[in-house]
Amino acid sequence: MANYDFAVVGGGLVGSAIAYGLCSSGHRVAVLDEGDVAYRASRGNFGLVWVQSKGLGMPNYSDWSQSSSRLWLELAPELKALTGIDVQHRRPGGVHLCHTEQDWLARRETLNRLAGQTQGSFRFEMLDHQALAALVPAIGGDVFGASWTEMDGHANPLYLLRALHAGIAHRGGHYLQGSAVRWVHRDGSGFRLKRDSGDVLCGSVILAAGLGNRGLAEQVGLEAPLAPNRGEVLITERVAPLLELPTTYLRQTGEGSLQIGDSHEDVGMNDGTRTAVLADIASRALRAFPRLKDVRIVRSWGALRVMTPDGCPIYQASETHPGAYLACCHSGVTLAAVHAKRLAPWISGSACPEEIIPLTAERFHVRVPETA
Amino acid sequence: MFAYLKQPDARETVTIEFEGRALAVREGDTVAAALLASGVDIFRSTPVSESPRGPWCMMGGCFDCLLEIDGVPNRQGCQITVSEGMTVIRQQGARRISP
Repeated sequence: MANYDFAVVGGGLVGSAIAYGLCSSGHRVAVLDEGDVAYRASRGNFGLVWVQSKGLGMPNYSDWSQSSSRLWLELAPELKALTGIDVQHRRPGGVHLCHTEQDWLARRETLNRLAGQTQGSFRFEMLDHQALAALVPAIGGDVFGASWTEMDGHANPLYLLRALHAGIAHRGGHYLQGSAVRWVHRDGSGFRLKRDSGDVLCGSVILAAGLGNRGLAEQVGLEAPLAPNRGEVLITERVAPLLELPTTYLRQTGEGSLQIGDSHEDVGMNDGTRTAVLADIASRALRAFPRLKDVRIVRSWGALRVMTPDGCPIYQASETHPGAYLACCHSGVTLAAVHAKRLAPWISGSACPEEIIPLTAERFHVRVPETA
Repeated sequence: MFAYLKQPDARETVTIEFEGRALAVREGDTVAAALLASGVDIFRSTPVSESPRGPWCMMGGCFDCLLEIDGVPNRQGCQITVSEGMTVIRQQGARRISP
């Protein structure tokens, strides 16, 4: 019978970043990972460390993302020093392309509102075509302009996952794979996690199982109102350096592949691909970068985002089951740094980061107007 | 390193150009097989570390036989059949994208 201070359910980017952070304070930490039958959003995602356009209507989420963008500048070299793995984090700024003047004006309006809501912590610039072409020389002549923020960047999500797992092992954490957590029971002052391959006892349990949180949260008095949202991705052959800055839907990896994506589909638990969607992704990329016309696609895949009703994360400590925590989000790469360096310390006893106080699932409850 | 089990004189040969050199190769062979039979074992250098590579799987899976064939970069030599007058050069590093 294994016994830990903290057991993190979910070995993807969210669970691994939290576990990595918990390990740094010397606790006995286990990561419980289901195995290859899981949906594995962390293996299918796009790799942006992205701030712009997140948090409209929920400025705390923008501030939380900005904090992570800053902490990424510490996390990446720390992982390199600890594990030898370069996760290819770059923060050259990022652009959201606006194909028409109408798109550009709407984008400016949206980001102005976000800047207002964050009381100016979110800063951006709108670029006309000429300014965009200076930053992104490969841009097509028909693209009207873009929004730009210096806080945006990208990383290799697969190297990140590997580095976090290596970091957890290096710091003495245990990675227990191949078995889903079926039930979470209270056991004394802690919890018993029922798995086919043996129970795990722990003082605290952190649910970071992506869409799998849906069946687990209610067992410890929490709610995870999540739905899958499929994104499909195209990968090209490796090409010589073309694009230093990431864009919302196209980035060049450290090895030279172009990764093209950002589709959104509601198709249930289906992580396949559809030719029509892939064709749309390709044609949009060609409008933005006509030079890609003879570049070959070598792979495509679909993956399921872990979406909350408002797109913002859910972090919550259980009131009925003290020691049980919930973490749900679709931005495991962007938020990896803040999960390791600010969320994990909260779970192990530090004050709750101010940004995440409003990010409980209570916000989805129907509010009954107070009557006199 | 590689040799035909049976010399191809019973069949037609075609002439391809590899790195500026004319090679008589067996009609119907893939470019990868033809080059291996001609003593060529380095086909490309990798995009990241530029280390040399040659064909490994010969069935379309490994992408280590990439060549520039008739002006088109990054083509899999094991998946393309030789033809008369074909020009082939090594794929050196990552392909460039024409402006």
